[in-house]
Amino acid sequence: MAIEIKTKGELYDVCIVGSGAGGGMAAKILTEAGLKVALLEAGPDYDPANPEQQTQLKWPYESPRRGAGTNRAFGDFDAAYGGWEIEGEPYTRKNGTQFDWFRSRMLGGRTNHWGRISLRFGPKDFKRRDFDGLGDNWPIGYDDVKPYYDRIDKMIGVFGTKEGIYNEPDGYFLPPPKPRLHELMIKKAATNIGIPVIPARLSILTRPINKDRGSCFFCNQCNRGCSVHADFSSSTCLVKPARKTGNADVYVNAMAREVLTDKEGKATGVSYVDKTDMQEYQVNAKVVVLAASACESARLLLNSKSSAHPNGLANSSGMVGKYLHDSTGASRGAFIPQLMDRERYNEDGVGGLHLYIPWWLDNKKLDFARGYHIEFWGGLGMPSYGFGFGMENTNGKYPGKDGKMKAAGGYGASLKDDYRRYYGSTVGFAGRGESIPRVENYCEIDPGVVDKYGIPVLRFNYNWTDQEVKQAKHMQDTFEELIHSMGGIASGEKPGEDRKYGLEAPGRIIHEVGTTRMGNDRNTSVLNKYNQAHDVKNLFVVDGGAFVSQADKNPTWTILALSMRASEYIIDQLKKQNI
Amino acid sequence: MNRRDSLKALAVGTVSVGTILATSCDKKDSKNTADSGKSGVYGRTAEEKLIDEKLMSETFFSAAELSTITILADIIIPRDEHSGSASEAKVPEFIEFIVKDQPRYQLPMRGGLKWLDIKSLKLFKKSFAEAGKEQQIELVELIAFPEKAAPENSAGVSFFNTMRNLTATGFFTSKEGISDMAYKGNQPNEWNGVPDKVLKQYGLEYDQKTLDQCLKPEDRGKIMTWDS
Repeated sequence: MAIEIKTKGELYDVCIVGSGAGGGMAAKILTEAGLKVALLEAGPDYDPANPEQQTQLKWPYESPRRGAGTNRAFGDFDAAYGGWEIEGEPYTRKNGTQFDWFRSRMLGGRTNHWGRISLRFGPKDFKRRDFDGLGDNWPIGYDDVKPYYDRIDKMIGVFGTKEGIYNEPDGYFLPPPKPRLHELMIKKAATNIGIPVIPARLSILTRPINKDRGSCFFCNQCNRGCSVHADFSSSTCLVKPARKTGNADVYVNAMAREVLTDKEGKATGVSYVDKTDMQEYQVNAKVVVLAASACESARLLLNSKSSAHPNGLANSSGMVGKYLHDSTGASRGAFIPQLMDRERYNEDGVGGLHLYIPWWLDNKKLDFARGYHIEFWGGLGMPSYGFGFGMENTNGKYPGKDGKMKAAGGYGASLKDDYRRYYGSTVGFAGRGESIPRVENYCEIDPGVVDKYGIPVLRFNYNWTDQEVKQAKHMQDTFEELIHSMGGIASGEKPGEDRKYGLEAPGRIIHEVGTTRMGNDRNTSVLNKYNQAHDVKNLFVVDGGAFVSQADKNPTWTILALSMRASEYIIDQLKKQNI
Repeated sequence: MNRRDSLKALAVGTVSVGTILATSCDKKDSKNTADSGKSGVYGRTAEEKLIDEKLMSETFFSAAELSTITILADIIIPRDEHSGSASEAKVPEFIEFIVKDQPRYQLPMRGGLKWLDIKSLKLFKKSFAEAGKEQQIELVELIAFPEKAAPENSAGVSFFNTMRNLTATGFFTSKEGISDMAYKGNQPNEWNGVPDKVLKQYGLEYDQKTLDQCLKPEDRGKIMTWDS
């Protein structure tokens, strides 16, 4: 059988790989500037308003598994296709370590899933080495990124409040929704023990920002994708307007194989396999922009070997894949007796928390570096698979309506009533913190394993250090203080040292970054401060790979800002004929 | 379940195999999944549609097993003044689907049902389904209360916990169960905070700063503008 590689389309100005936050933003900025763009996406097209794809406002009983997470990691109704395991697309691990890699193959990528928490990095977050001597500083600072954050706030929309906290910079906010009942209770309890609680900052339109997108109607389902496009996802807020310009050709189901280069080592395009016909194609372009996600972009670079780039593309430093780091995460649930027998009302609100706890302490007085923020959940949510599980662990601990204790578990009318009585009486706390990037934590190509497209797969090596473990311990102590302060009873057993205090395995928080980090020294970094490869001037990486350090903030807003900044740099450099 | 599989599944030793078989598998596989959660349109990809269709076309529980599940489900969630019973909300059909969807349930459920029949046989010389209502309750009493149950019934307790979980989830995610729970959401809404009387009940209020900062319902349709 002869294998032929077919060329698709014209010679594009730019070929972008990946349509998530980074790729979507690049597509929008570049096409609106009049550049011809090919956008490759490894999964199918997606629009949450498409009735065939819509999961918003569906009832649990419309799914035979009642929304269970058998096929989609976050349940049947979650918008994100994919998960930590994808059939035919394995990855491996090394030295007995663990890293779990979440991928979402679809237009908009992982922006279809996330909690819309849209936090700016603060001045300290770009210069952590200056404060604790660990890791490295970014080659840029808050002032370099601020103008882009400002524009993104207005372009995409984020609610929040001006708080004047130095390392939690304010932006251009939409008004936040009023707190829910459990959020008011947590705020009161936290305030009593000196922990600040402020309105959340989520990219959800509580008010419209233009005529193209609707505003939130409070169904609590942003993770399902919004049919009126009132939340941020790259597919609806970035790729859609890019397509509107007429300057974008979007190739879906296009799994990138390699970045192509010429003899001089300049990028000339991208080769890919079309998943629908399993044929090989290539797109030629003057500039290549990778935005396939931190690990996928690193994989592409490492798989793009040539005589000019024997270690993989843009990898003369050997740093591609290194400094992989995810946020830390730990959580604890609690039962709040006060919330038994609740009055029923529609408490859905927006798709996420209305309040949160930003990092509030000084690390100089603590036994670990870097901070964390706390998210919380609770309320009268829609029942779905798992609802009511474990009643035998709860209903024997608290008096019944008649004031008498009863035996745990049970059956019949009295049990049926217990489900009603306990509904909405649990809350949960989750810490999301900053880890220390380490050259020892990395992904590389597994020399012996390929995926079903014949593309060599990633192999991970990742260990948490004492810093992260101690941070998780602090989170657990804080959760208990908060729970105690609000008169609640913590669920289950407090995870101890043997379980790393409940510290999630790396990759579980889905904030992994750092694999193609930026820097001024080409020997210790892959990209320069404009997300441009040191080795290949017409190659850019605009996903989380560029991050030098993660902060305790969700990375999306910063990916967007850096991608916008890099895209405008590309336009400028093309004009000046520098690339 | 065919006769040979039943025999394999039985690991009962001295108990009369014939007695159990006579009551469990003689009705042959029936269409017990008739209209159980027929896969609706809920945003499936092509691959996911195939997965659902395949699961729907398979049968796991025998008719006898499913009738025991039905009896247990209705003991766990009976009809009361608010809503119907578990079986009226098609909980057994949900359980049939979920054990195919999540095969880790299959062995504990099948084995648990068998444990129950053997226990019933020992106590009443009848399978659980054949035992009288009072006898069924007598047996359930032995396994429904984990902290009181005798150690020799621990396997039954574990099975009953699983049955309780699946029954509760199946019921309260059904249309009838959601209505019983009085969940009010999953529809376009105008969230304007916790109702006043609820705030009062808990001694809480929105402070002036919060009221000033938060969204006002009348602004919901107005395009946001900023000073700079």
